[in-house]
Amino acid sequence: MQGKEVLVIRTGIANLASVFAGLTRMGAKPFISENPDEILRAESVMLPGVGSFAAGMQQLRNKGIAEPLKKRILDGKPTLAICLGLQLLCKKSEESPGVPGLGIIDQTVLRFPDSVRVPQLGWNRIEPEAGCRLLQMGYAYFANSFRLLEPPQDWRIAYSEYGGRFVSALEQGSVLACQFHPELSGEWGLDLMKRWLSQAPLNGGEAC
Amino acid sequence: MLTKRIIPCLDVRDGRVVKGVRFQSLRDAGSPEELAFEYQKQGADELVLLDVSATPEGRKTQYETVQRVRVKLSIPLTVGGGVGTSGDAQALLEAGADKVSINTAAVQNPDLIREVAGRFGCQCMVLAVDAKQVALGKWQVVVLSGTRDTGIDVIEWVRVGCEHGAGEILLTSWDRDGTRSGYDLDLLRAVSSAVNVPVIASGGADTPQQLLEAFAAGADAVLAASIFHDGDLTVSEIKQFLFNKNVEVRL
Repeated sequence: MQGKEVLVIRTGIANLASVFAGLTRMGAKPFISENPDEILRAESVMLPGVGSFAAGMQQLRNKGIAEPLKKRILDGKPTLAICLGLQLLCKKSEESPGVPGLGIIDQTVLRFPDSVRVPQLGWNRIEPEAGCRLLQMGYAYFANSFRLLEPPQDWRIAYSEYGGRFVSALEQGSVLACQFHPELSGEWGLDLMKRWLSQAPLNGGEAC
Repeated sequence: MLTKRIIPCLDVRDGRVVKGVRFQSLRDAGSPEELAFEYQKQGADELVLLDVSATPEGRKTQYETVQRVRVKLSIPLTVGGGVGTSGDAQALLEAGADKVSINTAAVQNPDLIREVAGRFGCQCMVLAVDAKQVALGKWQVVVLSGTRDTGIDVIEWVRVGCEHGAGEILLTSWDRDGTRSGYDLDLLRAVSSAVNVPVIASGGADTPQQLLEAFAAGADAVLAASIFHDGDLTVSEIKQFLFNKNVEVRL
């Protein structure tokens, strides 16, 4: 963990200070990049996300990041997508009709029902299904109006309850996607980020 | 289930916490980052930092304060006090705030709410409303730290604020603030049933029982300052009390 480099993708709309503070506290070395080649090759990549689905996708496409990001995720390279980051992996979102997402997950992101207060702001319980390697039970901090309802195939899922059950996180090998903010989820969140980061090999000079 | 949140508030002037803070365990009770860290250890769910600097010079220290607090904090941080433009909001977010709270400037220019929510997402646009009771079941918005009446009805204003994109309401009872006489529960009921975004109750907290009442009246979170600063009760003691009363909290 100590000194391990983490490439943090700048989407231009995300607030990176909390992500940087969290990674630094873990002893990792975060650095910002929007270089497609670096994003493809880096050992560990984090995709934070705040803002709308359309704005997020536009940033990824305009900067030529969408394809290398998709490729590294399909290749199973260590990647952590946060909040909007998880939603961008999907096919589309009710938030931005007509805007295609990365399409790695063949699902549509939907808005919470009006029966609950929207946005969901606060700490919710995370219930991982059997077989999750990285995700554990605990409480995590959410700030979202949209969520993934149906579990995609071939991923290990963690669920939470808000206006019914929704997908609060997914993992597949070294790829982890969280609807919540691990960097704002106290010790539990930092421990999750550590588990994700420590599974990747130490930076041996191949990357960047 | 989403848990109910406990949010300590730090009033900061010229980079130092004001309002008497009496923590024996701290070397320096006036340091925002030390206090923030202490509250995080106690189990606070979020933290609010309100800049009450009287001068523009004092306010400039706000960004450094936010940076220092961010480094210590792994829970969400809301910053408010004197946010007048979306540029101010951006600077605070870049310094390490996760949400910004806007009060007077939003009343003067409601489009600011739309602008901040549009640029950074509604989840980081907290509309702070100071409410003064004018009749039974009637409240009006006051601004400039309560020094000016606006004549605007609170219920109407929170509805407008949400239409413009506010993602959360920080509702302070001007009549109760600092009095430790309990939250204004009628106000809380009226506002929380008027909007569908989360509502944070503020102003008047003294006992755990009053926090419990605020949640029963519709609050999604409670903000308090004196009750924690005086060191009589820790956040974890209050959460344990609420847990025993069957309120969902993160222990």
